[in-house]
Amino acid sequence: MRELKILAIVIFFTLVTYWGVEPFAHSIMHPHHEPATFKYEDLKPLNKKGDPKRGMKAIVNNGCVGCHSIKAANVPAPMDPVTASASYGVNPPDLSLAGALYDEKFLANVIVNPAHAMKLDHKFGDNKPFPMPNFYGNAQDLADIIAYLKALAKHQQLTPKAAFINACGRCHDMKYDNWYVIGPKPKMDTELEKAEFNLKHAQYQANLKNYLGTNPPDLSMYIRSRGEEYIRDFVEDPQKLLPGTAMPRVGLTKEATYQVIEYMEKVGDRKKDKRNFLGAWVLLYFVIFSILAYLWKKQIWKEVE
Amino acid sequence: MAQFTKANSLYEWLDQRLALSKLWKVLAAEYWIPKNINFLWAMGVVLVTMFTILVISGIFLLMYYKPDTKLAFDSVNYTIMQEVWFGWLWRHMHAVAASVVFLVIYIHMFTGIYYASYKRGREMIWISGMLLFVTFSAEAFSGYMLPWGQMSYWAAQVITNLFGGIPFIGDDLVVWIRGNFYVSDPTLTRFFMLHVFLLPLVIMMLIGLHFYTLRIPHVNNQDGEEIDFDAEAEKYKAGLKKESKVIPFWPVFLSKDFFVLGIFMIFYFFLVFYHYDFAMDPINFDPANPMKTPPHIYPEWYFLWSYEVLRGFFFDVGPLSAMDIGLIAFGIANVIFFFIPWLDRSPVVAPAHKRGAFFYWFWALLIDMIILTIWGKLPPTGINAWIGFFASITFLLLLLVILPKITKKEAQRAGGAV
Ligand code: HEC
Ligand code: HEC
Ligand code: HEM
Repeated sequence: MRELKILAIVIFFTLVTYWGVEPFAHSIMHPHHEPATFKYEDLKPLNKKGDPKRGMKAIVNNGCVGCHSIKAANVPAPMDPVTASASYGVNPPDLSLAGALYDEKFLANVIVNPAHAMKLDHKFGDNKPFPMPNFYGNAQDLADIIAYLKALAKHQQLTPKAAFINACGRCHDMKYDNWYVIGPKPKMDTELEKAEFNLKHAQYQANLKNYLGTNPPDLSMYIRSRGEEYIRDFVEDPQKLLPGTAMPRVGLTKEATYQVIEYMEKVGDRKKDKRNFLGAWVLLYFVIFSILAYLWKKQIWKEVE
Repeated sequence: MAQFTKANSLYEWLDQRLALSKLWKVLAAEYWIPKNINFLWAMGVVLVTMFTILVISGIFLLMYYKPDTKLAFDSVNYTIMQEVWFGWLWRHMHAVAASVVFLVIYIHMFTGIYYASYKRGREMIWISGMLLFVTFSAEAFSGYMLPWGQMSYWAAQVITNLFGGIPFIGDDLVVWIRGNFYVSDPTLTRFFMLHVFLLPLVIMMLIGLHFYTLRIPHVNNQDGEEIDFDAEAEKYKAGLKKESKVIPFWPVFLSKDFFVLGIFMIFYFFLVFYHYDFAMDPINFDPANPMKTPPHIYPEWYFLWSYEVLRGFFFDVGPLSAMDIGLIAFGIANVIFFFIPWLDRSPVVAPAHKRGAFFYWFWALLIDMIILTIWGKLPPTGINAWIGFFASITFLLLLLVILPKITKKEAQRAGGAV
């Protein structure tokens, strides 16, 4: 039938054009990269067995709690976020969930030589030391610390939001979920409180910029602008996708990465479930509409054909 | 003086005063369309529907959108997409309709070219259609700026910059258009005005004009046959519906259009819910940042072919710089379709497959424009630059040289035959 032939031609050229400007053009603009393996193969594995019971002592002896809080073990933060950022450039993260967030091998390496594990050797060195010092304690202490952090994390639940706040929240705002690098914005009644909050936020951001050379973006919409796959692979190895970037390799496990992505999706694409659900009904409506329209057309055209 | 008697119903009362039944006859029940047409003639009704969707969804967006560079991005991506009841649906419908409407416009235009529906009295239909195309382009460009994302900003920067190439007044013109030395808050606010008021108003008037231009010549048909509409209409009204070559707009023509529309809506809503990235570029979900140039800047897909004609000429020729040649070619590309009725020198009105060389010319043009579209998105480096260059040259040759040539021959043949 002639109309079907015409339709086939229209569809053919539409698809060719679509293929050219979407999959084809994007494959050329964004060269293929290997997907994340979460193996951290460039790092040396930890080959000692640690004892969680001795871990807390090792943490105190090695000075970790001089910078980090461990809220789950009732260790408070030594400073508030803004003061900490003034000293270190960024607020050192709470370590309560570290054992669940970070890959074990990565964790060992990031404690021993943070700049190297985070792949920031190009930014830090002898004349610009990384804010977190290298670890010069003994190997057993290291193993004990890790065993302790892992045991501690087991007792808590790792939610998508907690994963994001602990792993990314010291650098990135998530303002569509009221998360700011200095903490959630409280309900404020007076102009003075608001101005104070904004001032603290601005000070923290200025310190971050000083430290990283750029301000990490608010990630509220990044699930739509970058998509799940890019975020997963970027977090696993930022230098692979943005060579020279100031974003550190954070060293998350595969599970923790997907928790972070789940959270980003909940914030940036909150209506996804609704969209998928409603779509089916709207399509069904138009299928029925088309069938009725076809029957009506047949009836009307009987008289003229 | 009209006669007013006591009316027996509200309809009669109104009819006496507004001549409703006569109006309905003139506009629909006795507005005649040839019977010998295919679904491509339904594209006009699809376009009206898409425009209606754009207006309605646009009005809903307008209730929450804020035309201010500090607020625009969040008003769209947070307020509309997350807070407002079904705001996400209106936005997806608006953005996808804005993109799909161009697909339908292009199908509509190429249908016109294939069946030579731009001549023998139909020149004004074609011209009013082209005016619609240009205004729709401006409407889409201004709308794309509104969410104030990275592509909004950089596309606006690049496109407004083009006006700087106009001799003498260029630099002043760019500042005048932007309302500032660079794209910024005044630019956003004025494009907002254009997008939600002036251009939609002009589009509505142009749609009226487009319909009006159809009245006298009527629409063409699949064989380019010249129909005596008055005689055929009499036949139809006398009950010879099967013999008559025409059908009334309502209900016969529309009953088929509704079916086509239904199928089209399945396609459209599938895109709205499940496949919208092509119309809502992910990069535009990064807020505008004048300090950070995106690695690839490209316009929406429907502007790519003319954008590629602009970029295609990448080397200087004598005193003319590459930029100037590109701009001239771009200028030509944007107005050339207005002149199709006169570039086609033949009086023959027939579908392309009955017009010999014209048939091959038609497919060459279509394929060349698809190549321009695809290469308009690719980075213009290496071999891609040359493909763009040859496709641009081919485009200009096809329209400015080959079309007049082959149709002149056709005219001679037709003259000889008659
Ligand atoms: C002088 C302050 C300081 C001391 C002492 C310190 N850290 Fe840190 N630590 C930081 C800072 C600052 C960061 C964040 C660095 C960044 O994100 O660029 C950090 C980050 C971390 C991270 C997160 C790594 C990641 O991949 O995101 C872990 C885990 C960590 N520290 C563990 C420890 C342990 C265990 C110790 C004790 C052996 C310790 N830190 C001692 C300042 C310190
Ligand atoms: C120590 C600070 C820091 C931490 C912690 C951090 N980031 Fe970043 N991130 C940055 C900086 C700085 C940039 C900007 C990079 C650039 O523009 O080169 C960035 C950029 C990004 C980008 C944008 C990349 C692009 O393509 O432009 C994404 C996505 C991102 N981060 C995700 C994350 C996620 C997810 C986490 C937590 C798992 C995280 N970041 C943790 C500092 C950080
Ligand atoms: C006359 C009625 C219209 C109104 C009131 C209107 C209103 C709006 C508003 C308020 C926005 C900003 C919100 C957003 O980005 O989603 C917008 C965006 C947009 N409009 Fe319209 N619009 C109209 C018609 C059109 C038409 C006819 C087109 C194109 C053919 C168009 C194309 C666009 C585009 C491309 C965007 C950007 C969409 C996005 O990025 O999400 N609009 N419009």
